[in-house]
Amino acid sequence: MKLLKVGIVLLAILAFSAFTSLDNSGYKVGDIASDFNLENVNGEMVSLTNYSEAKGFIVIFTCNTCPYAIAYEDRIIALNNKYESKGFPVIAIMPNSTTASPGDNMEAMKARAKAKGFNFPYLIDKDQKVYPEYGASRTPHVYVLQKTKKGNQVKYIGAIDDNYQHPESVNQKYVENAVDALLEGKPIKEEHTRAIGCTIKV
Amino acid sequence: MKYRFCICLSLILLFNCNQTVKNDRSLTLIEKNDTQEKIELNIVDFNSFEPYLKRQDNQVYIINFWATWCAPCVKELPAFEKINSEFSNKNIKVILVSLDFPKQYESKLIPFIKENKLQSEIIVLNDTDSNTWIPKVSEEWSGAIPSTLIYSNTERKFYEKSFNYNELKIEVQQFLK
Repeated sequence: MKLLKVGIVLLAILAFSAFTSLDNSGYKVGDIASDFNLENVNGEMVSLTNYSEAKGFIVIFTCNTCPYAIAYEDRIIALNNKYESKGFPVIAIMPNSTTASPGDNMEAMKARAKAKGFNFPYLIDKDQKVYPEYGASRTPHVYVLQKTKKGNQVKYIGAIDDNYQHPESVNQKYVENAVDALLEGKPIKEEHTRAIGCTIKV
Repeated sequence: MKYRFCICLSLILLFNCNQTVKNDRSLTLIEKNDTQEKIELNIVDFNSFEPYLKRQDNQVYIINFWATWCAPCVKELPAFEKINSEFSNKNIKVILVSLDFPKQYESKLIPFIKENKLQSEIIVLNDTDSNTWIPKVSEEWSGAIPSTLIYSNTERKFYEKSFNYNELKIEVQQFLK
């Protein structure tokens, strides 16, 4: 009888893991995001634990080469300008394989960061281990995290806003709405959004 | 009275202006395409596109989302073209849905279609509110491209991945059984 029970539990676990592997794996809203230690364009290593003052983070998987990512560069800079001082700095992570996408190598990242005047860390996920953990599938792909006692909790996953073509025609600023809600201690209306983007190159 | 006249005058001027601009553009278009076949893009928003996802006419539809700026999409296009021509007598139809940016229709997309002599039907989807329409294509879709939807009257499968010819053929044959 006990054996049967164990069997059923095992089966259930198997079935569950089969399902989750089919699903887009990675974090869901509510999960605790693990920290990382990645190289920045200035040569330093960056971890979330470095930010003792932060209330949370706007983690953005982005790159040099994707037209959607490029379309959002200025808006990413603006996000950091607005929210770093409020305790939610932008942390940009470049997830592409630089063999598959040479235009995203560290030298190119440095050049782009300098040319655009990135005011936030632009890190390289060299071993491509961080983006799968998060479940990022495209660039740009945003994860808003909030510091809690349990760790950095995922509060929002998705797009920056609802109009990649025309910043002036944006109706919904998803990331700003999410961070504003966190700052005001209110619930986030849209915790998960989708947008077209470039696949992460492996 | 004077005021009204002014408005009238400026309206006439504005109208004339517009017309000359329009004429100029059509002129250059004709000149450009003089030597080559003219390509008319079928540009739609999601509402106009949605019926393409729901046809019930005993055909198998392969709907591929791509863009000229997406390297893995461009790489897999020949596989879709090959399936389209090989299976055309088997009630299979490939539709290539371009997500190119409007400012690149003339400079990139049309030249690309011409250069590669694309034969499959091409639809250009221009709808910025992707958070609204992506789940209507498939709940499974995160928004990354390339991605492909294959459907028939009874079956429907979504793939957020790249295909080579053999992989695509295997999937398509599942729909022919």
